[in-house]
Amino acid sequence: MAKMNLQEKLAVLSDAAKYDASCASSGTTRRNSADGKGLGSTEGSGICHAYTPDGRCISLLKILMTNFCIYDCAYCINRVSSQVQRARFTVEEVVHLTTEFYRRNYIEGLFLSSGIIRSPDDTMADMVRIARELREVHHFKGYIHLKTIPDASPELIEQAGLLADRLSMNVELPTDAGLKAYAPEKNAEEIRRAMGRVRLRKEAATERTHTGRRAPKFAPAGQSTQLIVGADGASDVTILQSSTRLYSDYKLKRVYYSAFSPIPDSAASLPLIKPPLIREHRLYQADWLMRFYGYGAGEIASATTGGMLDLEIDPKLAWALANRHMFPVDINRAGKGMLLRVPGFGTKSVARILSARRSGALGYGDLTRIGALVNKAKPFIITRDWSPGSMTDAANLRLRFAPKPEQLSLL
Amino acid sequence: MNYAPRLPRLGTFDAWRDAARALASNDVPADQVVWAMAEEDGGLFGTGAPLPAPQAMSVPKDFVPLAKLVCASRAAGAHDLLYRVLLRCRGNAQLLGNRADPQVQQLAAWAKHVRRDMHKMKAFVRFREVTPQGANRRQFLSWFEPDHRIEELTAGFFARRFTDMDWVIVTPEVTTRYNCGSLTHEVLKTARMDLNDETEDLWRTYYANTFNPARLKIKAMQSEMPKKYWKNLPEADLIAGMIAQAEARVRQMQDTAPSLPHVRAAKILARLPDRSDEDQAR
Repeated sequence: MAKMNLQEKLAVLSDAAKYDASCASSGTTRRNSADGKGLGSTEGSGICHAYTPDGRCISLLKILMTNFCIYDCAYCINRVSSQVQRARFTVEEVVHLTTEFYRRNYIEGLFLSSGIIRSPDDTMADMVRIARELREVHHFKGYIHLKTIPDASPELIEQAGLLADRLSMNVELPTDAGLKAYAPEKNAEEIRRAMGRVRLRKEAATERTHTGRRAPKFAPAGQSTQLIVGADGASDVTILQSSTRLYSDYKLKRVYYSAFSPIPDSAASLPLIKPPLIREHRLYQADWLMRFYGYGAGEIASATTGGMLDLEIDPKLAWALANRHMFPVDINRAGKGMLLRVPGFGTKSVARILSARRSGALGYGDLTRIGALVNKAKPFIITRDWSPGSMTDAANLRLRFAPKPEQLSLL
Repeated sequence: MNYAPRLPRLGTFDAWRDAARALASNDVPADQVVWAMAEEDGGLFGTGAPLPAPQAMSVPKDFVPLAKLVCASRAAGAHDLLYRVLLRCRGNAQLLGNRADPQVQQLAAWAKHVRRDMHKMKAFVRFREVTPQGANRRQFLSWFEPDHRIEELTAGFFARRFTDMDWVIVTPEVTTRYNCGSLTHEVLKTARMDLNDETEDLWRTYYANTFNPARLKIKAMQSEMPKKYWKNLPEADLIAGMIAQAEARVRQMQDTAPSLPHVRAAKILARLPDRSDEDQAR
């Protein structure tokens, strides 16, 4: 086979990396190159430099170092048994692509992942070498996300955390049984142990030494993981319970949900389906409710059917419909916790309501100006000049929100 | 008496603040002030009376960041409404916290448009390399068309990020230059420039391959990357083809699956430690 050029390698190794949903470049330390020595900056919020027609943003150069892999995970395009074309970048090639893309303002930084070659330690060591070259030789101050290999030695993960902004390890399947069935070489216990070590190491980095010096930052943008949705039989409730554990036990910054998507060379054990995009969307909404709106996984579960979220209406509305005895809420008196539970009120609307009502009682029109979705909130609120009357308890309230049934078309 | 402050294209906010301070601290009502950009002034109102001497005055601390954004807006009446709200703020320190107030809401909406415009400029500026032979610093050039007058507001971002190279960002009205660590702006009318760069081939390769054809969500893409930006993005002319081929690519995946394992797979897997024993041992 002829030697591949850089463009051909890039085609193979970006195609191989795109099934990782994460592309975040936010929440790290603020840095810049004002000293004139290096290249790059990070300023808190991330930037999406382009969007592809799948609606996903491009913030980072998301590539695999290599897609050769000795593991055989059924859902993965790069599994050892796949016929996909293989390639491998050199350290210099990854550094070149990252810095030249960055200079042209295409990206915020690098998200480097890899298939497992030779051994987990060999692979991790090569990835760390790339990050070190970027940071120490090129003084690259942009964002670096390293996918860590759970089986790699703690020393290598330590080095990775000192160089990168974010570390991640993908759990991929929400249950241990699922992982065993579809990713036989991976070990759920080992992944959890590695995430636990990263958590402890990260906490240690926030403490001062006895001399009062600050320890060097360790993965300042935290760690994240990804769960594949719809490959195994796990229900939404199982998935959400799994994420709750991940958030609380390992202090993860983000759990990403990735609808299982057809891959070019699929395994016989996992038939190709249309990716369950709406289900993925509902899971993200539920995840948001748990992280920013004070809902417990159990509360969200209570408004599901057979462990599955309602696909037609969002989980917040589903919860409100199932708990109508809590409504209507008087927006001029209710506390923040209850305002956050009103369908149609986001965290920003709630903050604005709390601030605006200091200047006087709010009416229906005020809510529109504030930016709340009043049509959605209407049955659940009382304002200075509005009361929903019997609307809140009407038996057909769900119909107001559910999409109209589509008429079947003739063949 | 009528006042007609004229605001320059560069330093707009500072000029607005100086004039607003002079007027508000002397209790000049908003109806006696006609605000305009200097370049838009057709001489209709003359320059008005000389501004009164400014007295000391204070404003709520959230006013200045809001005013900086609104001053960059091209919305008609932005500078005028800002002055009206400034006058109202003096008797009501909580005013800006009340988004139910129609004037506050209007300013917040304009500020949001400017902030979004700034964000998109940081995202969609594309630098093209124009380094001449023998130069000791690399040089880059970009053409961008913002909606609002945001060149000065976003320049700091680029100056903190790209310091080991020289760069120029040209917009239809302002040219911003970064040269050996110093940043300058110049009002300069310029027609659209068509630029390109060899590295764009690699970038376009990346853009095409990071796309997953099984997840087509065109509306989501366009709401974040509206078409008005496409003509200056090197990757955008690939979009139509990517969308057109998506369905066929997915169908092909489904038709050809599943494939037989690659011949080397069995050999590699046989060498891995057996995980099922480990599980039983625990």
